[in-house]
Amino acid sequence: MLLSLPALHLQTSEYHPLLQLPHGRLGPWCSPTGSPAPLSCETGCGEGSWILVCRLLVPTQVSLLSMEEDIDTRKINNSFLRDHSYATEADIISTVEFNHTGELLATGDKGGRVVIFQREQESKNQVHRRGEYNVYSTFQSHEPEFDYLKSLEIEEKINKIRWLPQQNAAYFLLSTNDKTVKLWKVSERDKRPEGYNLKDEEGRLRDPATITTLRVPVLRPMDLMVEATPRRVFANAHTYHINSISVNSDYETYMSADDLRINLWNFEITNQSFNIVDIKPANMEELTEVITAAEFHPHHCNTFVYSSSKGTIRLCDMRASALCDRHTKFFEEPEDPSNRSFFSEIISSISDVKFSHSGRYIMTRDYLTVKVWDLNMENRPIETYQVHDYLRSKLCSLYENDCIFDKFECVWNGSDSVIMTGSYNNFFRMFDRNTKRDVTLEASRENSKPRAILKPRKVCVGGKRRKDEISVDSLDFSKKILHTAWHPSENIIAVAATNNLYIFQDKVN
Amino acid sequence: MFARGLKRKCADSEDSPPAPPACSLQRQSLLDMSLVKLQLCHMLAEPNLCRSVLIANTVRQLQEEMSQDSAWQVPAPASAGRGPLERLVSTEILCRTPWEQQGGHSAADSGGSPAPDLLSEPPGAPSAQAPRGAPGCAWEAASPRESRGGFQRSLDQIFETLDSKAPRAAEGLFADVDGPYYDLDAVLTGMVGAKSVPGDGFETLAPTGAPPPGVSYKRDLGELDHVVEILVET
Repeated sequence: MLLSLPALHLQTSEYHPLLQLPHGRLGPWCSPTGSPAPLSCETGCGEGSWILVCRLLVPTQVSLLSMEEDIDTRKINNSFLRDHSYATEADIISTVEFNHTGELLATGDKGGRVVIFQREQESKNQVHRRGEYNVYSTFQSHEPEFDYLKSLEIEEKINKIRWLPQQNAAYFLLSTNDKTVKLWKVSERDKRPEGYNLKDEEGRLRDPATITTLRVPVLRPMDLMVEATPRRVFANAHTYHINSISVNSDYETYMSADDLRINLWNFEITNQSFNIVDIKPANMEELTEVITAAEFHPHHCNTFVYSSSKGTIRLCDMRASALCDRHTKFFEEPEDPSNRSFFSEIISSISDVKFSHSGRYIMTRDYLTVKVWDLNMENRPIETYQVHDYLRSKLCSLYENDCIFDKFECVWNGSDSVIMTGSYNNFFRMFDRNTKRDVTLEASRENSKPRAILKPRKVCVGGKRRKDEISVDSLDFSKKILHTAWHPSENIIAVAATNNLYIFQDKVN
Repeated sequence: MFARGLKRKCADSEDSPPAPPACSLQRQSLLDMSLVKLQLCHMLAEPNLCRSVLIANTVRQLQEEMSQDSAWQVPAPASAGRGPLERLVSTEILCRTPWEQQGGHSAADSGGSPAPDLLSEPPGAPSAQAPRGAPGCAWEAASPRESRGGFQRSLDQIFETLDSKAPRAAEGLFADVDGPYYDLDAVLTGMVGAKSVPGDGFETLAPTGAPPPGVSYKRDLGELDHVVEILVET
């Protein structure tokens, strides 16, 4: 039992307690979804070696070409894109997410586009190709909008993508920009009806006088076509910028969080949502804290957490009240007085919060560290990992160039034994919670050949720089890895570096 | 890749106050930087509220520390604060405010004479054109309801945009133009004669008196209007 809430004897109801809608499934509305599949390969990040599987670029031209089956993605990347730099601001990847089986990998970019990659199936002929991801579908999810009332542009940048668990042949995902969440259905079509009576093969109407016989239309196979259709649009519920969406474990609801409010939606209802958290002060003069991220518990559909710009995490139980302004648990680490500076608050701001797959822990990312918290201990994290502590003495410069406001994400591996997050200079870091070892790797074109083993990197802080080390002052702060994803059951990771998507795999796999 | 960062806190914190001048200078520059950051926002899209809140909190903290330290400092003559006009107004006003505080404790909204009113606008101005000052000066706009330390009040204006009833706020803002600040007001915004100009917001705030220091003021007025407006939703 995760939380021992006193005296809350809820009847298992046919109706959702908040939304009063009949449940899609009968039975208790909070049934656990089961544990994740065991890792196929259980090497820690230190022992394993990571190799580059493929590097994918997602400018428009590539995605169109890649729709054909026989185009080799690598070929495209090498010839097409090395010579022509199609990277524009719109191609910067802004979110990366594997689906629940790891078969699909979705990316969203600043141009409002979603590109879905599919894992190459195992085949006898090309065993080594397994693990590569090819473009499966591309669609424009959000368009730029203009808010006429406020004379402001609404950016089309995709802030987050979240997959729904697969329940039929089609795939469903949520994608959101600053203001609007959309539910997309991605489905395959490999048959089409032929032999209509009233229309000819091109779809033109036939002159009835020419019809002498009747036939029954039949479904004939056709080239595989993947189509994405928007099934729901959840709009006009957020005044501030949406920073998180999270699908609930009941698969019927999800939440969207902006800077000051969190709303609960039912997938079937687009014209209303429930406000479950509101931290907007009555007097905006008193605003000192905003919501930075939010997520539902992976198994308990009544529980969610949200993080703040002051470095705190609140866990809320929706059964306690309709408006969860009073938290059930409050996680905060007391400040270290020796490290106090003008930037203490800024660097304590949490940029990402993620539940472990087990649901026992939460991980938070602030500017310099990653922390793991046990849900049963609120006064301090159980583990703290330094991501790039060498930046602590550079905070003033990082404040000046705004890098101090960069929002890094963090991810768990499938077994919750390794955590990963990004850094600058296209570095990303992995921490093995069991062995306490960590590694720094780099995602860059120059340093990775396909199938070559990634060399661990090291940043040197002191005076003497060893041969392979890079000094702090040489770091490129424009190359930041904010978004990464880890396959739910295997050691395959996706790392977004500006407009490049790198997929790495553990060699032992 | 970038210049070495400034030390962000006093190196010798063991020493008793008065704080060394280097510390306050670096604090000052940090404050300047922060205020510039708050003003320079993307005009087409809404600014990042999280970033703005974090910077505003940092500014508050800086101001609190500076007002703490000011108790140990001899007040400099007013003219010394004028300095180059490109420097943000707020810094010299900030330096002045603590000296006038009765107490000298850290509470940012204690004491202090009301900060200058730097805008003129008719009370009937629509809420979309809620009163703003020149960059930096907006921070000093007086709140109609309380007479708190100028800086704290003006900082809160940024967040108060939405909720303030604009006509009332507009009245209050221009109600108390205090003598000592009037010259500063005129110099900075160049609006000596513009106090009673009716009509629509910023177009009327063209400098009629001394020209503003740099073309940027006029543009910044529009920018700041936008910034404050969109920082908090309308």
